[in-house]
Amino acid sequence: MSALIECKDLTKSYGKKTAIDHISLSIEGGHIIGLLGPNGSGKTTLIKMLNGLLTPTSGSLYFQENPIGAESKKHISYLPDHNYLNMNQRVSDIIAFFKDFYEDFDENRAYDMLEKLQINPRDRLKSMSKGTKEKVQLILVMSRRADLYVLDEPIAGVDPAARDYILDVILSNYEPEASILISTHLIADIENILDEVIFIQNGTIRLTASVDDIRANEGKSVDALFREVFKC
Amino acid sequence: MPWNLNSDRPIFLQIVERIQMDIISGKYKPGDKLPSVRDLAAEAAVNPNTMQKAFSELERTGLVYSQRTTGRFITEDTTLIYELKTNLAKEKITEFIALMQQLGFSKEEILSLISDTMKGEAS
Repeated sequence: MSALIECKDLTKSYGKKTAIDHISLSIEGGHIIGLLGPNGSGKTTLIKMLNGLLTPTSGSLYFQENPIGAESKKHISYLPDHNYLNMNQRVSDIIAFFKDFYEDFDENRAYDMLEKLQINPRDRLKSMSKGTKEKVQLILVMSRRADLYVLDEPIAGVDPAARDYILDVILSNYEPEASILISTHLIADIENILDEVIFIQNGTIRLTASVDDIRANEGKSVDALFREVFKC
Repeated sequence: MPWNLNSDRPIFLQIVERIQMDIISGKYKPGDKLPSVRDLAAEAAVNPNTMQKAFSELERTGLVYSQRTTGRFITEDTTLIYELKTNLAKEKITEFIALMQQLGFSKEEILSLISDTMKGEAS
């Protein structure tokens, strides 16, 4: 099977500062991958390039053997690290909007998840807490039948009990052939659902390994290894 | 309810052990159908690929067999299950004896302690 994402010597500089420094990696279908790194390591820059929000300074980046563009956006479902929805809208309006916008959006799935998380579709976003807004955004993103889900800090603002449920939402709603790339600091919470982790530091890849290999070889959790590798 | 998995050992191994335990304890009976990879992964809150790996391991040891279209089943070979059970018992007993010896008890003392405790339970 050909790789979902293939990047070679990918570099992104903001003026003199290099945020992503000659990264080469490939992501296959059917995996859940953790993109882990300290603050300012380049996680969000990499994610934004995958979603066509930033253009690489140099190097190549392909999604399903095509450059990033309108076509790739049809197949990549992206949860940004900030809120971009219109706060005055009701959840049901946003769902209608998404349905209009994305061919692969599954309305029923969205309403199912809202019901399970006890969110009223008639509520307006501005009346919701930070955590509830995050849940709504994640529901919207996971309701697409995409090939790749890119989740930038999906659980940061959500309470621990809801985190378990959200992980369940992620696990039971992604397409079996699809991959999920999750960037987060909350490693311990999501470690069990990851196949692989990518440690990124100063714009370069420090380590890629499977979670079980890390545990078998190092005798410690990914969380513990992260703390050790990135010790301040 | 996510399964209680500890964080420093490979996840798939812990799943294998958990399912073995469920087979030994009779939660899954010989010939029972196992839930699908995806369902059980969701229940355990682990990655489906990890669950798949655990299933493959269970298949390799013969405890579980898969039928191409209908799913995965627990072996009907009760000797195999019994073997697993005794092996696990031996493992636990060895651990226990090592611990008791660390506490400074001789083999004879351990034996009499065990029989005293068991008598105590019976009364």
